[in-house]
Amino acid sequence: MSDLNFDYTLLIPELILAAAAGFVLLADAFRRELRLNRTLLPGFTVLAAAAAGLSSLAWLDTTDDFATLLAVDNFTAFFRVLFAVTLVTVVIGSYEFVAREIRHQGEFYAMLLLATLGASVMAAAQELLTAYIGVELLSFSLYVAVSLAKRDTRSGEAGLKYVLLGGVASATLLYGLSLIYGAAGSTSYAEIGEAFAAGTANVELPLVLGLVLVIAGLGFKISAVPFHMWTPDAYEGAPLPVTAILSATSKAGAIALLLRLFSGPLLPVKDDWQWMLAVIALATMVVGNLIALQQTNIKRLLAYSSIGQVGYMLMALATVSDASASALLLHLGGYTVTNLAVFMAVIAFYNRQRSEAIADFRGLAETNPYLAFVIAAGLFSLSGMPLLAGFTTKFILFQAAAQDGYLWLVSIAVVMSTISLYYYLQVIRLMYVREPDGAPTPDPQTGRLDRPNLRWRTSPASYAVTALLLLGTIAIGLYAAPLLEAADDAAAVLFPT
Amino acid sequence: MSPNDAYLMLATFLIPLGTAVLLMLVPSKERSAIIGITALASFAMFVIALYLFVNYDFEGPQFQGVKAWTWMENAGVLGERGIQLKVGMDGIAAPMVLLTGIVIMPGTWVSWKLHHRTKDFFILLYLLVAGVFGTFVMLDLFFFFLLYETAVLPMYLLIAVWGSTRKEYGAMKLMMMLVAASILIFTAIFAIFTEAGLGTFDLPSLFAADYDPRMQKIFFPMIAIGCGTLGGMFPFHGWSPDGHASAPTAVSMLHAGVLMKLGAFGIIRLGFQILPEGAAFWAPALIFIGITAALYGAISALRQTDLKLMTGFSSVSHMGYVFLGLGTLNVVGMTGAVLQMFAHGVMTALFFLLIGGMYDQAHNRDIPNFSGMAKQMPIWAIFFILAGLASLGLPGLSGFVAELHIFVGVFRAYPIVGGLAVLTAAITATYLLRMFAAAFFGEFNPRWSHLHEITWAERAGAAVLAIAILTLGLWPSPWVDRISTTLAQTIPGVAL
Repeated sequence: MSDLNFDYTLLIPELILAAAAGFVLLADAFRRELRLNRTLLPGFTVLAAAAAGLSSLAWLDTTDDFATLLAVDNFTAFFRVLFAVTLVTVVIGSYEFVAREIRHQGEFYAMLLLATLGASVMAAAQELLTAYIGVELLSFSLYVAVSLAKRDTRSGEAGLKYVLLGGVASATLLYGLSLIYGAAGSTSYAEIGEAFAAGTANVELPLVLGLVLVIAGLGFKISAVPFHMWTPDAYEGAPLPVTAILSATSKAGAIALLLRLFSGPLLPVKDDWQWMLAVIALATMVVGNLIALQQTNIKRLLAYSSIGQVGYMLMALATVSDASASALLLHLGGYTVTNLAVFMAVIAFYNRQRSEAIADFRGLAETNPYLAFVIAAGLFSLSGMPLLAGFTTKFILFQAAAQDGYLWLVSIAVVMSTISLYYYLQVIRLMYVREPDGAPTPDPQTGRLDRPNLRWRTSPASYAVTALLLLGTIAIGLYAAPLLEAADDAAAVLFPT
Repeated sequence: MSPNDAYLMLATFLIPLGTAVLLMLVPSKERSAIIGITALASFAMFVIALYLFVNYDFEGPQFQGVKAWTWMENAGVLGERGIQLKVGMDGIAAPMVLLTGIVIMPGTWVSWKLHHRTKDFFILLYLLVAGVFGTFVMLDLFFFFLLYETAVLPMYLLIAVWGSTRKEYGAMKLMMMLVAASILIFTAIFAIFTEAGLGTFDLPSLFAADYDPRMQKIFFPMIAIGCGTLGGMFPFHGWSPDGHASAPTAVSMLHAGVLMKLGAFGIIRLGFQILPEGAAFWAPALIFIGITAALYGAISALRQTDLKLMTGFSSVSHMGYVFLGLGTLNVVGMTGAVLQMFAHGVMTALFFLLIGGMYDQAHNRDIPNFSGMAKQMPIWAIFFILAGLASLGLPGLSGFVAELHIFVGVFRAYPIVGGLAVLTAAITATYLLRMFAAAFFGEFNPRWSHLHEITWAERAGAAVLAIAILTLGLWPSPWVDRISTTLAQTIPGVAL
């Protein structure tokens, strides 16, 4: 860090996000004076996110770093693009929802931009404190965003719960990081790796303690069992678009951080943490999927199902190899697209029906066949059914983990994935098998009936976003090669040969 | 078979897939358009299937019409030729492709009667058919399993929305049992890929790879049970009678006629062809399971009064013969097993077609409620008796050829079991003949005087299936040649 002539152009995507967040806040503060059009803020957010995503493509296939604090390489680019895509979809898909259900729209969009910025920093971090700052930036933005729902007392409760527990988790993480710093004598990933590679005999205790605390702190962020307790409440209380960000950006950011940390500086001490991750992966996939069986609220169902998904990802983290890292990134990409498809469809459903109860999805195949199809395809994909992203990405992910000697864990993961199909099928059954409220049952002789017209249409913005995500889900399911190659290039950075 | 036939193999599953997508774009009100599209598509599938079967040259190499398109490679776990879209047929796949083509055409015809969400029904049905065709022609393990699962995926909605009697229960039971069975296949596939260490899912390469005998013995039963569940293998058949009883006609036809064969086909492809030593080790278990299933299914069928449940248990019994034949490890017995897959497919599809044709009018399937039906519905009765006679193995019909091969094979390997197998055939004759006597002959029950003869679409469909039954029964050599040469060439350790 002797050289102070930093190359600030490396941070252009992050700078765009930060500037956009500031602009959105200011513009919102003066919106009456400036007579701003109400589409300006979301429109600007989308533009900024798109610009950040596109500009990050400039560093494809190069490896550079910003004062050894942030690495700019294929791995960072992969996540920058992933986060940008997530933000663009969420903002477009929830535009109507936000206009009606969110207090302080300026803050809302600014927080989403800052959360994305934090996640990018987490993915790029090359140094413990920088990583920690990324985590906190992401977390604080989301603490605020979770409690921004109008007319919903659950939102404030969720925000409070999330901020209190999140604070404890951050403290845990920080303590863990400081112990690792103590053991290694540096906060830079590269120097930690060198220190541990040289031997850890005399720092074994603080190292293991530090690992436990780091895993606990980051485990909270990705809602790994047993640090998952906040997830269902926060998901349920948060406004739907924030729930979507929680399940996509927040998780992906933490996974990126874990991947960098465990495949780089902590790789030499892999015997100390590998079993911890394997055990947590096992607990996470089992608990998440089993509790999901009993949910009656679609957000809570998706919360528990996302916990289950995290279990599969932790399994790949535990096996840590270039094959499993690229499979993990592939799965993360497929999961993000699929999960967003479901969330955007649920938002479109909520805009019309004002309900999150699973029971209210009854007969959706009659009243809005398109939306029912998107949700069904998304849920089938999450459970790993073929022709959809979930099958292909899980297949590769599980194969990679099996190849690294974790066939026993993989077989449990497959069992859990089958259990998940059961609760997804409950939603699909309501949509397709049951009749909607107010519809007469068809005449068994002829099958004909005069039904009142219960059809309703999705708004154009929701329609466009869900259609694109659905196509993405199918495209990844049928031809995952481009995504797999991108993931492989990103993972190659972590495991230079 | 020319290399260009690979495109026809692609067509077998791209046509139904494309039809499903096309149907999504057709408004549900346009019934005639839906009927036209499905008529065309099902006829095309039938013609292509027939052409592929006829053109397979049994004196040529094992896999014919092989063509591969690179899909994903050199990334992560995948090495050179990691995942390819690779098609090709051997003498076992050829009759299975033909079977699917024969069953889907009548299955389409009889489904035109549906009036409730007809379009959605065909979309799901064709998705299922795409999966079935794809599994039979695929020579890449990843796509094999992807399409195998695709065939299972639509079953839930097909039964739960369009079925009858306890449909939601039957659908959920079927779906969960089949997907649970896939857990074992999944695990075995991962183990095979890892053990082979080639970084490719290419099936011919995996056939040729070396596997540790101990690993083969561990994972063969996983494949046998995983695929066997779909094949209705006792004691994992629980979904089958309930599922068949609640499914709509065309779905029962395809499911019992074709989808269950996918299970047995999976055992041959993944079990016998990849893990031959494991298969040899577990062959006695297959014999035991096969004969138990045959007896258990037949005895259970004796007690059923619901026509569909009777056919469902009869399927369990007949599929038992398949596993029995596979367990003999000699070419005659295994040829019989594949023949039985074909014979049972067309025969059981005919059964379900006819039961559906009657149930749609009578809304009743209880055998004791019927008598003298041959007077009211003679054509229906004739077809039904033909299917029944094929089922009990009357010479000149398909069932005889298959069962004869199996019995010869079993007598060669396990004479005592052969005796039990013949006993099963006798029980089969008992329940079928008793059912004929009760339902078709005797005094006509005037309660059914409002019933009409089955529709023209059903007659035509029944005729197609009946022709298949008669052709295999009278001229079995096209089937036997293709199957037996492939078996003798490809499965190590199989005795002539």
